[in-house]
Amino acid sequence: MKENLYNYILGIADNSLILGQRMGELCGHGPSLETDIACTNISLDLFGQVRSYFQYASKISDDGRTEDDIAMLRKEREYKNVLLVEQPNTNFAFTIGRQFLFDVYHLAFLAELQKSTDLTLSAIANKCIKEVSYHERFSSDWVKRLGDGTQESKEKMQEAIDALWTYTDELFHQTEADKAMVIENVGVDVTQLKENYYLRVAELLKEATIEVPESKWFQKGGKEGIHTEHLGYLLSDLQYMQRTYPNMEW
Amino acid sequence: MSEEQIKNLEVQFEARIARDEKIEPKDWMPEKYRKTHIRQMSQHAHSEIVGMLPEGNWITRAPSLRRKVALLAKVQDEAGHGLYLYSATETLGVSRDEMYEQLHTGKAKYSSIFNYPTITWADMGAIGWLVDGAAIINQVPLCNTSYGPYARAMIRVCKEESFHQRQGYEIMIKLANGTPEQKEMAQDALNRWWWPSLMMLGPTDDVSVHTAQSMKWKLKRKSNDDLRQQFIDQTVPQADLIGLTIPDPDLKWNEERGSYDFGEINWDEFWQVVKGHGPCNKERMKARVGAWERGEWVRDAAMAHAEKKQERKEKLAV
Repeated sequence: MKENLYNYILGIADNSLILGQRMGELCGHGPSLETDIACTNISLDLFGQVRSYFQYASKISDDGRTEDDIAMLRKEREYKNVLLVEQPNTNFAFTIGRQFLFDVYHLAFLAELQKSTDLTLSAIANKCIKEVSYHERFSSDWVKRLGDGTQESKEKMQEAIDALWTYTDELFHQTEADKAMVIENVGVDVTQLKENYYLRVAELLKEATIEVPESKWFQKGGKEGIHTEHLGYLLSDLQYMQRTYPNMEW
Repeated sequence: MSEEQIKNLEVQFEARIARDEKIEPKDWMPEKYRKTHIRQMSQHAHSEIVGMLPEGNWITRAPSLRRKVALLAKVQDEAGHGLYLYSATETLGVSRDEMYEQLHTGKAKYSSIFNYPTITWADMGAIGWLVDGAAIINQVPLCNTSYGPYARAMIRVCKEESFHQRQGYEIMIKLANGTPEQKEMAQDALNRWWWPSLMMLGPTDDVSVHTAQSMKWKLKRKSNDDLRQQFIDQTVPQADLIGLTIPDPDLKWNEERGSYDFGEINWDEFWQVVKGHGPCNKERMKARVGAWERGEWVRDAAMAHAEKKQERKEKLAV
């Protein structure tokens, strides 16, 4: 098995998996019917992406593990998503802030992944980028609406960005698998995305009349499987059926 | 307008419906027609929105990625149905906010079936198979109803509902052909959803208050009892096919009628749930009202932002 490639794919896909799960929690509980539909739609896109990635990972693993085994039967320490995407839906500003901070990264990442020498990854990126450019438009539009809306919404949006900011730097950290894949021209060198990311985020936040947080204290660990306390609860929902009724088909 | 003129308009109006012409939003219509349609269409829209909750309950716990994606898509379809049914109802001169208000204060009803809990994964199958199955039987005739915007909305709704019904039945097939535990889960879901699904087609004809007028306006083509019989005759063979048992000891094929005879429906339970005392009435309302209240600052922000944008645009124009 191509260990590095396998881990690399999981690193990408777990972000979509966990964020998709978070967005799915909101279905039926959104602030309006239109936002409800949009959030469900984002969740749907993300899970669609997850399936493409994990089906590919399943092929590479060559040990009979299915896409569902990979998605739902790993232990908490084996999930490789960034801490940002597992943060809870504290309120709609947090949901939008989390989505926005991830989307700006995700879009830039996929633009590079399209150039991968791995044709499957490049094809998946090519399909996903259309969806993610819509996600980025949706989330940045909402950051602007909330930031430049009422006093209350501005405060809430600022609070969410301040709280989530600490998880942004991790997006640009490299794991061993990342580094190996960059050398083989399969993976994206995320360190190269950092500068533009913060410029783009700052530009959009300025338009939203939201201040860019000054804090330089960052949290990381998700990519190495060291998560926040939130992830365990999310996984107990995600894995519930597979754990309770093992080895069955649905 | 004189009484005679109104009478004339009414005669012409009824003649148009009799000729199968569609009534459009700007056409003259009797006040009772407008009110009846607002009531039925908004109730339908509310049912779609409240109906998202019992199924939304399983999105985070769906057993496989494929099922999760299908369930998300299904619940999203329901939100979409709600959206265009609300829009179609707005053409009758009522706003979506007013309709929400009626839902949240309990003045408007929604389908009682959504006041039952979804406690296992098999409930996702049973809802698709039985609840959507019963809904289709109710709704297909509405594709030809007299009010244009409603009829057109229903054509799309029915297409998607029939897909949902097949999807639900497919979940049941998989469970029924699975391990003993899965089969038991499927049978248990059928046991719990069967009778509420029969009730969903409405009270028996002798107590149904709206039927005669609704028939005339093509809001209804068949009576509740006929629809119920149709649903039973269609569903029993589907249960047989996958080896599940309908939980009715009195269910028996009647050769003479060419239909199934079935047992007594517990109408006390039906009225209990309709009157707000079902297993989840309070939870469903709490979820809807809670989402609405928590979302208020978001909706206010969107309005304020749109106004600011407009102002800036006007300033630039000056």
